[in-house]
Amino acid sequence: METKQLVIIGGGPAGLAAAVAAKKAGLDDILILERDTQLGGILNQCIHNGFGLHTFKEELTGPEYAQRFIDQVEELGIPYELNSMVLNISKDKAIEYVNKDEGVKDIQADAIILAMGCRERPAGALSIPGYRPAGVYSAGTAQKLVNIDGYMPGKEVVILGSGDIGLIMARRMTFEGAHVHTVAELMPFSGGLKRNIVQCLQDFDIPLELSHTVTNIKGKERVESITIAEVDENRKPIPGTEVEYPCDTLLLSCGLIPENELSQEAGVELSKITNGPVVNESLETNIEGIFACGNVLHVHDLVDFVSQEAAKAGEKAAKYVLEGLAESTNEIPIETGGLVRYTVPFTVDPERMDDNQVVRFRVGNVLKGGFVNVYVDDERKIHRKKMIMAPGEMEDIILKKEWITPNTKCIRVETEEA
Amino acid sequence: METRELICINCPMGCNLTVQIEEGEVVSVTGNTCPRGKTYGISEVTHPVRMVTSIIPVENGEIPMVSCKTAVPVDKNKMFEIIEALAKVSVKAPVHIGDVVLADAAQTGVDVIATKEVAASSL
Repeated sequence: METKQLVIIGGGPAGLAAAVAAKKAGLDDILILERDTQLGGILNQCIHNGFGLHTFKEELTGPEYAQRFIDQVEELGIPYELNSMVLNISKDKAIEYVNKDEGVKDIQADAIILAMGCRERPAGALSIPGYRPAGVYSAGTAQKLVNIDGYMPGKEVVILGSGDIGLIMARRMTFEGAHVHTVAELMPFSGGLKRNIVQCLQDFDIPLELSHTVTNIKGKERVESITIAEVDENRKPIPGTEVEYPCDTLLLSCGLIPENELSQEAGVELSKITNGPVVNESLETNIEGIFACGNVLHVHDLVDFVSQEAAKAGEKAAKYVLEGLAESTNEIPIETGGLVRYTVPFTVDPERMDDNQVVRFRVGNVLKGGFVNVYVDDERKIHRKKMIMAPGEMEDIILKKEWITPNTKCIRVETEEA
Repeated sequence: METRELICINCPMGCNLTVQIEEGEVVSVTGNTCPRGKTYGISEVTHPVRMVTSIIPVENGEIPMVSCKTAVPVDKNKMFEIIEALAKVSVKAPVHIGDVVLADAAQTGVDVIATKEVAASSL
């Protein structure tokens, strides 16, 4: 069987940044496997601007951001295979993949970086009543049809879900001549950026109906109308509030789910909260030598943070292959409190952690004027006021190695109300 | 006295701004929590600008469409004119990031430039 020191699954922003970092850390025998026809992943269809403010101090479009990393991959001579779909990963890091030129192929890797990204929650997972005609698309599918293929999926549009992709597509469809009737959001707040609410909806007088959902889809062959109703505090539709919109298209922007079927095949333990692998401070999963980064690990809102996280995974994977990571002595769990839903990483080892270990987290509800507290055992190390924390915004704290001793039992990241 | 209600876009706070205008001059911005809100409020009522991004067809390219953007943000009320002008534009591969695909779009003095590399088709 052919061997590789490091195989990276996925050639999107995470995979590219991981590859570049691994190469710069001295590892040469790398292969990126990408199932699409080009590198860059989902950035290729994100033609709007707003990417890279943290990394490049300028606002790039998705394709431009991707190209910055593709150029580095090319300059460093990192090998990649396109049109190559990974079918299986085994516990001992054998990878089976398929492409048109080589058929089914097996590679034995010393280390693997999972960088498969995420996918949209599909219509079937939303239990929307009504018919199942043509014209119901996830927002990202519509984005691909419009921006990559140059096709318009419909003319009269209703959008369910106010995630950023849905908001971006409201503007995009409007620019291309469609009429977007309304955006319905089940929750009493939008998970989308304020900037997108203003520049993608308000600029075009598209309503955003909070605490609303779709209660019926009509049409046998093609969508003929969508019914929207207000929901109560238990998110149940309120009878009598229904409004029927004649239209031909329903776009769904109802959340993203890390794509971990391959990880599961390999026996990687997943978190029920993130739907991504449970990783330690090195972004290594429970399977030694299998690392994870980007949206397959937890869904990000800024690609800059994907790139940073992936670079860390690349660096750690290279170290693992070339010299081995320090032996794990004490895996200290990071507990959560208050509104903190999860942290990545889930554990840190004092022997293996960085001097300044980045810990990312998300909160489950909006908190204005509150605090982030970090405790090491019972000692409070961080007490930071935050103007606002919101579910749509990933937060981070820096955990200092000097705070952690071999006897440390527990680290806790929590929010405190004002 | 004219009053405009805005949502600040600088951060997730999304402060509700009230901007008061008299004879075309901003006289007050209220509702902001930080100085960025005031700056935003003033620019948004005096000279609102937006980036315009879209796609145009590529002849003889490896892929059918290439993405593009205005080189700098343009007047908000020029967005649709630029989109309409772009509907008549196509380019020949190869295309490089930064290539001008439409000069002086809708008489704004701003060029529309490609945001993606597209190689010529090898067929």
